[in-house]
Amino acid sequence: MSLVKLEPRRQQSRAMAIAAPVIAVALTLFAGALLFTLLGHDGLAAVNEIFVKPLFNPYRWQDLLVKASPLVMIATGLAIGFRANVWNIGAEGQYVLGGLAGTGVALATLNMSGGWILPVMLVCGVLGGMVWAAIPALLKTKLGVNEILSSLMLNYVAIQLLYYLMRGPWKDPMGFNFPQTAMFSSDQTLPIVVPGTLIHLGIPLAFAIALTAFGVMTRTITGFQMQVEGLAPKAAAFGGFGAASTVWIAMLAGGGLAGLAGIVEASGPFGQMVPQFPTGYGYTAIIVAFLGRLNPLGIVVAGLVLALTYVGGESAQTTIGLPSAATGVFQAMMLFFLLATDILVRYRVVSGRSAPVAEPRSSSGEAKPGESKAVTA
Amino acid sequence: MNFDLLVAILMTIAGAATPLLIAGLGELVVEKSGVLNLGVEGMMLIGAVTGFAVATTTGYPVIGLVAAMLAAAAAALIFAFLVLTLMANQVATGLALTIFGTGVSALIGAPFVGITTPTLGLLFPHALTDTPLLRLIFGHSPLVYFSLILTVAVFWFLNRTRAGLILRAVGESDSAAHAIGYPVLLVRYLAVLFGGAMAGLAGCYYSLVLTPMWAERLTAGRGWIAIALVVFASWRPGRMLAGAYLFGLVITMELQAKAAGFNILAPEFLAALPYIATIVVLAVISAAKRGGTNAPACLGKPFRATA
Amino acid sequence: MFDTTRRKLLAAGAVGAAGLAIGTTPFAAMAEDAKKDGPVKAAFLYVGPVGDFGWTYAHDQARKCMEKKLGDMVKTTYVENVAEGPDAERVLRQLAQDGNDIIFATSFGFMNPTIKVAKQFPKVKFEHATGYTTGGNKNMGLYNSRFYEGRAVLGTIAGMMSKTGKAGYVASFPIPEVVMGIDAFQLAAQKVNPKFQTQVVWVNSWYDPAKEADAAKALLDQGADVITQHTDSPAPLQAAEKAGAIAFGQAWNMESFAPNAHMTAIVDNWCPYYTRRVQAVHDGTWEADNVWLGMKDGEVEMAPFNNKMPEDVQKAAQKIIDGTKDGSYDVFTGPIKDQSGKEKVSAGQKIPDEELLKLDWYVDGVKS
Repeated sequence: MSLVKLEPRRQQSRAMAIAAPVIAVALTLFAGALLFTLLGHDGLAAVNEIFVKPLFNPYRWQDLLVKASPLVMIATGLAIGFRANVWNIGAEGQYVLGGLAGTGVALATLNMSGGWILPVMLVCGVLGGMVWAAIPALLKTKLGVNEILSSLMLNYVAIQLLYYLMRGPWKDPMGFNFPQTAMFSSDQTLPIVVPGTLIHLGIPLAFAIALTAFGVMTRTITGFQMQVEGLAPKAAAFGGFGAASTVWIAMLAGGGLAGLAGIVEASGPFGQMVPQFPTGYGYTAIIVAFLGRLNPLGIVVAGLVLALTYVGGESAQTTIGLPSAATGVFQAMMLFFLLATDILVRYRVVSGRSAPVAEPRSSSGEAKPGESKAVTA
Repeated sequence: MNFDLLVAILMTIAGAATPLLIAGLGELVVEKSGVLNLGVEGMMLIGAVTGFAVATTTGYPVIGLVAAMLAAAAAALIFAFLVLTLMANQVATGLALTIFGTGVSALIGAPFVGITTPTLGLLFPHALTDTPLLRLIFGHSPLVYFSLILTVAVFWFLNRTRAGLILRAVGESDSAAHAIGYPVLLVRYLAVLFGGAMAGLAGCYYSLVLTPMWAERLTAGRGWIAIALVVFASWRPGRMLAGAYLFGLVITMELQAKAAGFNILAPEFLAALPYIATIVVLAVISAAKRGGTNAPACLGKPFRATA
Repeated sequence: MFDTTRRKLLAAGAVGAAGLAIGTTPFAAMAEDAKKDGPVKAAFLYVGPVGDFGWTYAHDQARKCMEKKLGDMVKTTYVENVAEGPDAERVLRQLAQDGNDIIFATSFGFMNPTIKVAKQFPKVKFEHATGYTTGGNKNMGLYNSRFYEGRAVLGTIAGMMSKTGKAGYVASFPIPEVVMGIDAFQLAAQKVNPKFQTQVVWVNSWYDPAKEADAAKALLDQGADVITQHTDSPAPLQAAEKAGAIAFGQAWNMESFAPNAHMTAIVDNWCPYYTRRVQAVHDGTWEADNVWLGMKDGEVEMAPFNNKMPEDVQKAAQKIIDGTKDGSYDVFTGPIKDQSGKEKVSAGQKIPDEELLKLDWYVDGVKS
């Protein structure tokens, strides 16, 4: 039929796993330069401004870390689920609920002091995210409701709950009737770990979580169970692993980490709760998870790359007047290219005349190694 | 409540429901073929801005409508190529498409901010809209009638035609459909393009009919409501119609109640209501059917033809 | 990705010298006193896109206007679509590090980030729109507009032109700025027509054209024949145009969207302020201040009256404008009753600024 054919790899190509993102970024830079030129800017300068310059400015490194850490935290949690074919896209709502749960503690303890307050806030943040994720988990395991749709719907409910609390019960009584809470006290604020910088406790926490997740996924029984469940549910059932427990673990891990990210952002960079708290991290993290190939180490890199496009995009607005919409298009192109080149990892491009594919498989949803991206490390 | 008021309210409901119905029916066909495209909002924005730009430039709103469908279908083609040919993840690609559409529409639309456009007029002559009753029948935008015809057409296509049967088969079991010899990928490509065109048309409804203007993010998240409605309708065109009008009814009655001086519920609760209702409906039909929601079995999963 | 609650809100804490430094012409003797060599670098932080045709659009038009007036004296940049919170803090810091001399943060939600960053960059000057505190920073000023002065003009026109005696008010969120706008509108309308009523519909968004249009339609259906709004899009005007009612533009002259319905508009004109402040930086005379400027400072303007407005209405409206400018008219002068009919302000007294800035009650005749 055609001159080129795709042939599934028996094992994902490790070389390609590294080469594919590099190819994608190269394509993005090229297409980006072209796009910006078409828009009447100096294309190369724009790409340089977004993608290169921030890397040579130590101030921007801190910005990158601050921006990337919630994305890494959420994406790590989501990747655990995605590997097991549990599609939680409700991280945005879980992030909000985590922030709200922690804020509830903060408002109740506003006049108290003590080192115990912040840990309680963080724990409640995790629990808040878990509770919100438990709804789709319950619906999935008890009734078979598609978790993509139920978790997505809950995002909007969470945001409206936030608006309600900000406008009404949690409004700062001293705040001139503006819809936001009081500022958190120092005992409720995440400490800065490197004095004189913006590096708050959430940043090392995010990286520690990614590393831990990497270890759990590759070296423990639970990690194996989750992966097998994603790869071949039937095999998993034979081995005594329950599909329901997989859903629960996946949803609670995703929700818990999104909730943690929520309270870390609220008690760190925000220092209060405001209606503008959700900025789409829950959705961006889905993209980060995929860019990172569902591997926590890859997610760290992906989170930083995405943070780079935000930070660099802002610079490009001031230095060369590139509209923020152009940065959005640039990000979308990068995602398109990364998603496109992903196929190189899972498939081999072969000539159309070569021998038939060695390993036919169905794609009826039973086994999808292509999607679950087994880690071979 | 007098009859004039009732008619006015009904017309507003139809206005609010129509774009959701058009975009939702498009997405319904896409999902029936087994593909989940979360990029509806992005495609709507591309449609809205293209329709506005072309209508303003040419002076003909109808050309704008056609251009909007083509542009949004072109955006859908990017999505289709990625998820169908290259088997990329549908959730991530759909989100990327929304980011893309938001950005592209803002870039295209920059010169069109703050200017007016020739709007799409009524289908029937003004003489036919003299009394409230006649207005209710003849006084709508052509797209309102189109959306109703589209509902019937999609129903007929899915349930009464061979092509519709093939599309459903592809969505239920792609491997079986492929084994019988149906062109799975082709069917899905066509479905995604159709979904894109309808999203574009729905976007145009905002920029050329309901609120004839262009400003960034004009559709204000309606694409996500359309996706929710597909689920709410449990993938049935008739229920899609009901769902869209129910949504229009809730929104309109809330505003009417407020305008009449009644404030019954917290506005945040009403804003969350469509989503809560969707979850409840999902749970109820799943419970009734034990383990199935009428969702196409292959929804969101990639397909690769084997030899 | 789905921002619904964008931005702004309002207002300065203890607004003292509202009329500061207005008398001096900003362009006089610019060269002699110049303390700064080379152009002043001024940056703007926007919460929305410059293409929103509302709040951010008005600020960006003022930026361009200021650039035009000051010519080589200034170099401006802006960052649009900045989320309120840590993102704003990052961009502010970046702008300060980039060597900007003065940074305008144009949304209420930028207040706390601006306070934080202003502390870190004592040499950079910060100006925050619509906030209430500078957190003690000497290099941070606050500025806001008395939009309610324009609302009084709209209310007068509405009171005289309405046949049903009922106006529909499409409103965003019940924050003080919006509340005082509603009260000013109703008070002015009531002066002309004691039976006048203002029905408020909250749409819970600054910008949602479809919902704004539907809210306006609902109000028209329920007997309003005047539509006014405190949301950003021209959609309510379009609805009024279709129904043959009258309406007013928001933030900007929106006449083209509703040539028959659009009577006038409250135009946010930030240009004089921006020009003055950048000039002050250039001259080395900038000092942190807290100002709440209105019509007499040229910060709140009315768009040209529609020819369809009867002459007596035009005259009455102009009288309010003139009175506001010369200080003889203040819409918040008692007696003012609240919704329950209780007298809140006695005859001859005025609501002081610090009360206005946290206003959360409605005057008699407002239904919300």
